[in-house]
Amino acid sequence: MLDLGTTLVMAAVLAGTPLLLGALGEILTERSGNLNLGVEGMMFMGAIMGLMGSFMYEQAMTAAGAQTIGFFSALAALVMSFAAGAFGALIYSFLTITLRSNQNVTGLVLTIFGTGFANFLGEFAGQQAGGYLAVGAATKAAFAPLAIPFLSDIPLLGPLFFQYNWMVYFALAVAVVMAVFLFRTRFGLNLRAVGEDPAAADAAGISVSRYRYMATVIGGGICGTGGMYMSMVTTSGVWVHGCVTGYGWLAVALVIFATWSPLRGILVAAVFGGLMVVRMYVSIPGLPIQIYEMLPYVATILVLIITSVRQSKKHAMPAGTGLNYFREDRE
Amino acid sequence: MSLTGSLQIEDDLMSDTLAVHMENITKTFGKVYANKDVSLELRQGEILALLGENGSGKTSLVNMLSGIYFPDSGEIFVQGKKVTIRSPRDAYGLGIGMIHQHFKLVDVFTAAENIVLGQPGALAMSKRHIESRVAELAGRYGFEIDPAKPVYEMSVSEKQTTEIIKILYRGADILILDEPTAVLTPHETDKLFAVMRNMKADGKSIIIITHKLGEVLAVSDRTHVLRKGECVATVNTAETGKAQLTEMMVGRPVSLHIERPHTAKNDERLRVVDLTCCNKDGLKTLDKVSFTAYGGEILGIAGIAGSGQKELCEAIAGLYPAIGGAVLMRGQWEGEAVMEPVLGLGPDVISKKGISMAFVPEDRLGMGLVAAMNITDNVMLRSYKNSKSPLVDRKTPRVLAEHLIEQLAIVAPGPGAIVGRLSGGNVQKVLIGREIAQEPTVLIVAYPVRGLDINSSYKIYDLLNEQKKKGVAVVFIGEDLDVLLELSDRLLVLSSGRVSGIVDPRTVTKEEVGMMMVLDVVDPSNVSSEPPPEQLQMDLSLQDVEMGASAGGGSASADLFLRDAEAGGKAQ
Repeated sequence: MLDLGTTLVMAAVLAGTPLLLGALGEILTERSGNLNLGVEGMMFMGAIMGLMGSFMYEQAMTAAGAQTIGFFSALAALVMSFAAGAFGALIYSFLTITLRSNQNVTGLVLTIFGTGFANFLGEFAGQQAGGYLAVGAATKAAFAPLAIPFLSDIPLLGPLFFQYNWMVYFALAVAVVMAVFLFRTRFGLNLRAVGEDPAAADAAGISVSRYRYMATVIGGGICGTGGMYMSMVTTSGVWVHGCVTGYGWLAVALVIFATWSPLRGILVAAVFGGLMVVRMYVSIPGLPIQIYEMLPYVATILVLIITSVRQSKKHAMPAGTGLNYFREDRE
Repeated sequence: MSLTGSLQIEDDLMSDTLAVHMENITKTFGKVYANKDVSLELRQGEILALLGENGSGKTSLVNMLSGIYFPDSGEIFVQGKKVTIRSPRDAYGLGIGMIHQHFKLVDVFTAAENIVLGQPGALAMSKRHIESRVAELAGRYGFEIDPAKPVYEMSVSEKQTTEIIKILYRGADILILDEPTAVLTPHETDKLFAVMRNMKADGKSIIIITHKLGEVLAVSDRTHVLRKGECVATVNTAETGKAQLTEMMVGRPVSLHIERPHTAKNDERLRVVDLTCCNKDGLKTLDKVSFTAYGGEILGIAGIAGSGQKELCEAIAGLYPAIGGAVLMRGQWEGEAVMEPVLGLGPDVISKKGISMAFVPEDRLGMGLVAAMNITDNVMLRSYKNSKSPLVDRKTPRVLAEHLIEQLAIVAPGPGAIVGRLSGGNVQKVLIGREIAQEPTVLIVAYPVRGLDINSSYKIYDLLNEQKKKGVAVVFIGEDLDVLLELSDRLLVLSSGRVSGIVDPRTVTKEEVGMMMVLDVVDPSNVSSEPPPEQLQMDLSLQDVEMGASAGGGSASADLFLRDAEAGGKAQ
C-alpha cells in the first residue's frame, strides 16, 4: 500500500514529464537567442507524428505478417516525434534566422499551424482506421511503467524512483545532458554567448546562424518528444482531439520559472505536474473542481510576478533572446 | 601588357613589407558611399592613426579588415598575400583582431569566458583551467585583470583590457582599436598608450582610430586622414601638427579658437544651495553643492567622469532625487520676479510657475529625443500640451522643425526625417534647437559636443554663445578642459560630488583646474561664489609633476588621477 504522498509524487512526475520535455526544448532554443512561442505547435506535431510512427510501424508489421516488437514501436514514435518537432522548428528557424522575420509572430503562427495539423491528421487517420486512431497492445506495453529487477521492488524508493515509464528517465537524461552541455562544454559557452550577445559572439568568431539553427531545431525536436508523451502515455496511445492544449504554453512559462536552467527545470516541472493532478488526490470539501484546475495557471502568473520583481543578472533571460541578428546592422 | 605586368610585380614586392595593404576599397550602404576608392597601408610594427571626422568612413574601412563588412570592390593584402575576409573568424585566422568602440563582450560572462569564447579546444572546459591560462597571458603583458570577474561588474577600462587580452589570446599581430579613448579617463588613456607602445615593441602592428588630434600626435608613427569616405593624405606624425591635421580632416583651414563674447552680467537665474544626493548604494553623489548662475553668462562645470555632473544637472531638472538642499529658479509671481524653489517638483509644475528651463541631457537619443520618431514629432513632444484641442497641432511643430533645419543647417531630408537615422551632430542640433526654441531663462547642457566632429562642435559653441548674448543663463557641463576654459565665463570645478571651487577661466591655468578636479575639499563652506584661484587650498608643489596631454577630461598629472579614476570607474 502506498500512502497518499507517494502516489501524489508519482502522479506529479508523470504529469510533469511532458512539461519538462517542452521546457527543455525551449530552454535550448532560448539560450540561442530564439524565443520560439511555437512550443505548443511543435508538441502537437510531435504528438500526432509519434502516434502515427507507432501506428504505421504496427500496420507494416501486420501487413508483413511479423510480430510487433514494443521496443521498435517506441523507437519509431520517438524518432518520428523528434523529426516532426524539429521540422516545425526548422520552418521557424528559416523564417527568423535567414529571413529575419519577427520571432513572436512566427512562433504564434507555428503554434496555430501545429495544432491544426495534428488535430486534422489525427481525425483523418482515425477515420481511415475506422473510427479512432490507437496503437496496439505491444506498443502500449512499451510505454507502461517499468519493472526493474530488484530496484523497483525496494519499498517506498522503488515506486518513487524506479517504477515510471521509460520516457520519464529519457526526459531526466536530456535535462542532465543539456545542463552539462550548456555549462561545462566549449560549445555550450559559445551557444550561451550567441543567446546573450550575438554581436559579441560573432566578433569572437562564432557562427551565430549555425548555432541558432542547431539549437532551435534540436530544441524543437525535444519539444516534439514531449508532445509524443501526451499521445502515447497520458492518453495511452489513443489520439484525443486537442490532447496537448495548454501544455505547450505552460512549458514556455516553466522556462522562466526554471531561470533557463535545465536542472532547475526538473524540479519546477514536477511542481507544476503536481499542481495539475492535485485535484485527483487532495479534496477540500466545498472547493469546486474548477479552482483546482486553475492552480497551474495561477501559479504561472505568480511566478511571472515574482521573477519580474526579483531582477537578477545571473538568472535573467538571455539578453539576445527575441532579437534577430544581422551583422551589418548599424548601431 | 608588359607595363601592367611589371606594375603587378612591383605591387607584390611592396605588399611584402606591409602588414596590411588595402587597395581601392569601395563600400556602399544603399546609395551612400561609406568608403570610396580608399587605400591604406599598415607597416610592420608601427602605430598608424586613422583620423577623420564622424562619418568619414574610418570605422567602416577597418570593419572590412575585421570581417564585419564585406567590401563592394577593392583588394586586401595581409602580410603580402591577397585575402578574402568574410567573417571575424577569417580575420582572426589572418592574425587580425579588432577592439570595437562598443565592446563586444558578453555581459554575464567572466573575463576568462569572454576571452576563450569561440576558440577551438577540448570539448569539456574547466573554469579554473581557463582562468589560470588567462591570468598567465595577462601577466606576460603586464595587464591587471581578474579573470573570474563578470563583465557587468567591470569598469570601462577593465572591459577594454579584457578586449585587448581576448585579441592577444587569439594570437593577433595586427590590432585595430576603434576610438579606444572615448570612454577613458586621462590616466587610463595614458595607461592604454603605454600598453600600445609595449605591444608595438613586441612587433605588433596597430591601427588606432580617433578624432582627437592630441592622441594622434602622442601615440602614432604615421597618420592616415580620411574625409567623407575618401583618402586625403598619409603623413608622418612627427612632421605634422594640430593645425595641419585639422585642415586635412575638415578640408579647409579651421580656427580652433572659441569665442567668448562679452556680455553685461544679468540678474540671478538659478541658485543651488547645499544640494545633496545619494545613489542607491547610499553613497553621496553630490555633497552640499552650492552655486549661482546669472543671465548672460556661461557657467562651465568641470570634473573627471563620475564626479557628480550627471546627478547635478538631473537633480536640477527634477529627474534625480535629492536628499537635501534647495534649487531656486527665477520665476514670475504676480508680475514680480521671484526665486522659486523647484526641488522635488516635476517638470510640469515647474513650468506652471512661469519658469522656463531647458535641459539638454548627455544621453541624446535615450533621454533627449525619441530615435524612432521624426523631427516634427520630436519637436512636438515639447509643445503638444500647449494646445487645448483634443487633436494635436502638427502644423506649428512642423514649421518650427523646418525652421530649425534651415537655421542650424541640419543635414536631413526634411522635417519627416527619423531622428535615429541622423548623424550625431545633427541629432544634437535638433535637440538643442528644440530646447532653445522654448526661450528658456536657464539652459543646462550636458556634454553637448560628445562624439561630434569639429564643425558641429563649433556650431554648438556658437549656439550657446548666442543664448548667452540673449541673456540666458547657460550651464555647460563639459569634458574637454580646453573648451571649458575658452568658452565659460566662470568655471565650477567638481571633485567627488563636491564643489572644489569656482574660478575665473581667464586667469586660472589648466594645471590648477586639473588639480582641483582631484582635490578633496576640506571645508565646503569656504567656497564662495567666486574665490580667486590663490585662495584654494592646493599643494602647488604638485604642479612640478609632469602634466598629461588634454584628453577628454582635462589635464593633470597621471598620479593625481589614480584615486579618482577608480572612483569614477565605480560610479559608472
